[in-house]
Amino acid sequence: MKEFLILIRGGQEKYQNSALKEMQKHMEDWQQWMGTLAKEETLVGGQPLMNEGATLTEGGKKITDRPFAEGKEIVGGYLLIKADSMDLATKIAKECPSFEFDCSLEIREISPLV
Amino acid sequence: MKKKEDINKTLNNLFRQESGKMVAVLIKIFGTENIELAEDVVQDALISALETWKYRGMPENPKAWLYRTARNKAIDIIRRKKHSKTIDFSDPERKLLISEYTLATTMDNFWKEQHIQDDFLAMMYACCHPDISQENQITFILKSLCGFSTKEVARSFLVSEDTISKRLYRTKEYFRKHKIRPRIPFPEEINAKTAVVLRTIYLMFNEGYNSTHSDQLIRKDLISQALWLCKSLLDNKSTQTPEVYALMALMSFHAARVDSRVTEQGALIRLADQDRNSWNQELISLGSMYLNQAAFGKTLTTYHLEAAIAYQHCIASNYENTNWKEILTYYDLLLVIAYDPVVFLNRCLVMLELNGPDEALEAIKKIQNHKIISKYYLYHAILGEIHERLKASSKAVAYYQQAIQLTQSKPEKRLLKQKITNLNG
Repeated sequence: MKEFLILIRGGQEKYQNSALKEMQKHMEDWQQWMGTLAKEETLVGGQPLMNEGATLTEGGKKITDRPFAEGKEIVGGYLLIKADSMDLATKIAKECPSFEFDCSLEIREISPLV
Repeated sequence: MKKKEDINKTLNNLFRQESGKMVAVLIKIFGTENIELAEDVVQDALISALETWKYRGMPENPKAWLYRTARNKAIDIIRRKKHSKTIDFSDPERKLLISEYTLATTMDNFWKEQHIQDDFLAMMYACCHPDISQENQITFILKSLCGFSTKEVARSFLVSEDTISKRLYRTKEYFRKHKIRPRIPFPEEINAKTAVVLRTIYLMFNEGYNSTHSDQLIRKDLISQALWLCKSLLDNKSTQTPEVYALMALMSFHAARVDSRVTEQGALIRLADQDRNSWNQELISLGSMYLNQAAFGKTLTTYHLEAAIAYQHCIASNYENTNWKEILTYYDLLLVIAYDPVVFLNRCLVMLELNGPDEALEAIKKIQNHKIISKYYLYHAILGEIHERLKASSKAVAYYQQAIQLTQSKPEKRLLKQKITNLNG
């Protein structure tokens, strides 16, 4: 069994501009999705991220008080899952409720270094 | 200042009614190994309410406010303890509490109205596990599910607060060690498990009903809590068995008469001398309703029969008009279902009223060699009663004196002494 990191980018803007009811529905959808993943023991962990952040460049010398990417590119959260292959991980990621809010996902396998 | 009193009163009532349910939900969230954490959250919520309401006044819906506060405090604790080993997050029900994506929604699901009552009942069944001694069961139920303070539980049992703390500790240790997962029993085990819960409720009731406490408040508290716990079993489809209805009927009939049993000075009044006008008719008709509902299915339990006996007493216009014949039939059935020498003794009293002292004497002789009964005060008190009817005064006095020696209860002693005085006078 391999582990995959799913990076969730974008989608915040549309989410924050939607009605309270839609927001609640969205949280329910997340509950449903993650609940299924937890039940299947696919889920390892995952958290949403704040929009604020800091970026260090130039060997740590330059500090910018915002995330590396912004707007549609900003990383808004991550999920860590278990799957047998990239294909299966992709299949799982396709169910992400945040697509409704125009997010994009990047799936990366955790790399064993030795 | 009236405002402050109002707040205290509302909070006290709320606490009695809701704290047990909140504790049950929080135990489900944190696990039975964290009962103390659950109790702390409820305590904290109560203190917050007291502080906040004092300044901002009472909220429109105090109950909702209290639940909301407990929920928020639970979220704080989950966030704080996310990386500690205190809470077992590997449990499928708790897994989603770790992620912020799902924490709030998962938390809200735990607090949904339809789950709360189930969690409360599940906790009741868990407390009544046969491995936990009965006194520990009642202690824990009173403290954690009925919102009693340690001091109040101590007063209920007439023991020190220290003893109560030890009992609570033992029960919590049991839960911790065995990682008990409270749940409402499956249909096939519901009768057996409910029987244990009912025994504990009835014991709690009797602690209030029979106890010779001078503390009237505590006695009434115990009675109303027992009724309340039984009622919550009736409110749930999966736990409303005929036996529960029967106990509810029995306790309602008893509770209807509670005020007429004891004088204001704490002296016992015999059934024959009680003021029947002071019996609570509302409770009696409630009891009759429950007794009717207890009659479905094929189950006939001791509670059914005891309730039927109590019902006959409740509807008799006076002591002489009691339907002793009917009552004797119930006693006979009781002895068939579960032979109990104390029930047999009480049956002798019915014999005395129905067939007179000679037959009662014949009947009571049958258990004169019973080791425990011969040392039981009631045996001698009934013999005294029988001999009084036989006009054998000196024998009667001797039996009453023997009974006085054998009971610890001051009101019983007082009643027996009164009987002796009446005979000598």
